Amino acid sequence: MGRTARLGVFFSLLGIAIGLCVFTAMAWIGSAPPTVSFASSQPKGAPVQLHLQTVGAIGTGAHPDWVSYLTQEPDGHWVGTTEWDIPASTVVDVTLDEYDSGSPLRNEYLGLVGAATVGGAPGEGGVIGGLENVNGKAVRVVDGYSGNGIAHTFSVPDLGINVPLPGVDGSSSKFCSEPAPCPTSALHNVITFSFKTPASGVYRWQCFIPCGLSYLYGNGGPMATAGYMAGFIKVVS
Amino acid sequence: MSDGRPGAADEPRGGHAPHLIRIFAIWAVLSAIAGPLFYLLVGPHLPPGHMTSAASGDAWDLNVVTTMAIIVVLGVWTYFGYCLVTWRSSRVVGEPVVGRWGRGNLLVQTSWITITTLAVMGLFVFGTIELIVPAGAGGGEGPNPVWTPHTKNPLVVQVIAQQWLFTYRYPSFGGFETTQLILPDHTAIAFHVTSLDVIHDFWAYQLGVKADANPDYDNVAYTTTQQLGHFVVRCDELCGIWHGAMFDYGSIVPKAKFLSWATASENRLAPVTKLLPPFAWTYTPSANGAGGGFYPACATGQVTNCDPFGNVATYGGAAKQSAHETA
Repeated sequence: MGRTARLGVFFSLLGIAIGLCVFTAMAWIGSAPPTVSFASSQPKGAPVQLHLQTVGAIGTGAHPDWVSYLTQEPDGHWVGTTEWDIPASTVVDVTLDEYDSGSPLRNEYLGLVGAATVGGAPGEGGVIGGLENVNGKAVRVVDGYSGNGIAHTFSVPDLGINVPLPGVDGSSSKFCSEPAPCPTSALHNVITFSFKTPASGVYRWQCFIPCGLSYLYGNGGPMATAGYMAGFIKVVS
Repeated sequence: MSDGRPGAADEPRGGHAPHLIRIFAIWAVLSAIAGPLFYLLVGPHLPPGHMTSAASGDAWDLNVVTTMAIIVVLGVWTYFGYCLVTWRSSRVVGEPVVGRWGRGNLLVQTSWITITTLAVMGLFVFGTIELIVPAGAGGGEGPNPVWTPHTKNPLVVQVIAQQWLFTYRYPSFGGFETTQLILPDHTAIAFHVTSLDVIHDFWAYQLGVKADANPDYDNVAYTTTQQLGHFVVRCDELCGIWHGAMFDYGSIVPKAKFLSWATASENRLAPVTKLLPPFAWTYTPSANGAGGGFYPACATGQVTNCDPFGNVATYGGAAKQSAHETA
């Protein structure tokens, strides 16, 4: 093979390698979950109404069998995302429809509202009033061994927020088994709570229940992928 | 001029001794100045500080080793500098003198081997002793430590690592669990570090404490608090996607304030404490999924040595008693 031919082969392989890298990078960027903005559509100072769902299997996309959160956009459309833009220093009223089954916790301490707090005292700050409402009943601690256990948590450690989400009966005929979003006719718990956003910044949030079944210690797959059981709250000023 | 000895004609005028003496003298003077200056002026400010006995031990070790390193570096620099000045090309006509002197010198060789061996072995012995003696490295000493604190009543704080959060249990105060790590001042602390899932690492840098958190394993690290202040806790084993977010803050507070906080937390967290498993040195959760549970390994019989120190309850009792006496 002549020198020119060798150079041709070399640059061809180099081009293919660069193309693969670019393709992989673009695919990764394109796979990021969309961000639902509550910052632009919200009247200044008015509470943000954040409506979420947790489902046992999202039913669509690359991982239809993965457990997931969903977010309702301001126009009422449900999207499979865990990333939101929320204005700073604003009260966020969260309504969370929980459609997944539950179990006892690996660490029952996480059944306490406000448990997963970095630096501060658990249960102080974060969730306004230190209580969540489960189907209209104020609750401070959810016992994972009672009822249907706990399905997930909504936890923002840097903001002192940890809200355990009681599960529903997975053997019920009304258990949601269709692709998300689940209809309100399906068996679910309605959990409400409020918190106030701090100054601008990006705050990680996640479910602290190892619900990534079939993954090591339940913390892989959806637990380790933004858009399913973890995400970011982007607080914008 | 040759003095008749074989190879004597190769010997530089004036021999080698004056050069070695000069180099040694310059190095000794520089070391006598720089070593104590660093040890006394910079050393006390070296990390990780003096919040605990372990941190002080680390800082002192670092001070000693750095001072020794400075003395060694000065020796090398002095030699290089002397050679560059004394035997630079503008001062030496022709090729450097070699002959038998270039092939070896017993005095230089034995001196070099002796000095470097002493330096390395000295640091080895120093480091080994410092790892073992109380308040030495402050690292995880494992379930069967080679030494235990002199006090019989260390405050036991259990560090429970899980993806991706540290929680702490205080068995002396009803076994409540919290994300707050509050420690009393001037108190011996026994950190019992374990994990509920993968391998983590409890690293309280300013405390000079670093211990791996392994599932089904009770890793023990001792220290004694000696300074009020705040410190940072980080996980130091890559434990998954949110490893970088697995950090926490803690505080060392006066004893009275600690007792007040611990008692208040015990009462405030009672509703969730009653849901926790009985205190145990390790817990064996399900290896897969949320349907786990949180089982004390002692209860399942997997660990028989569940009470290696037998002082879990006594600290709180003694401390509370002391507080009452003070009041």
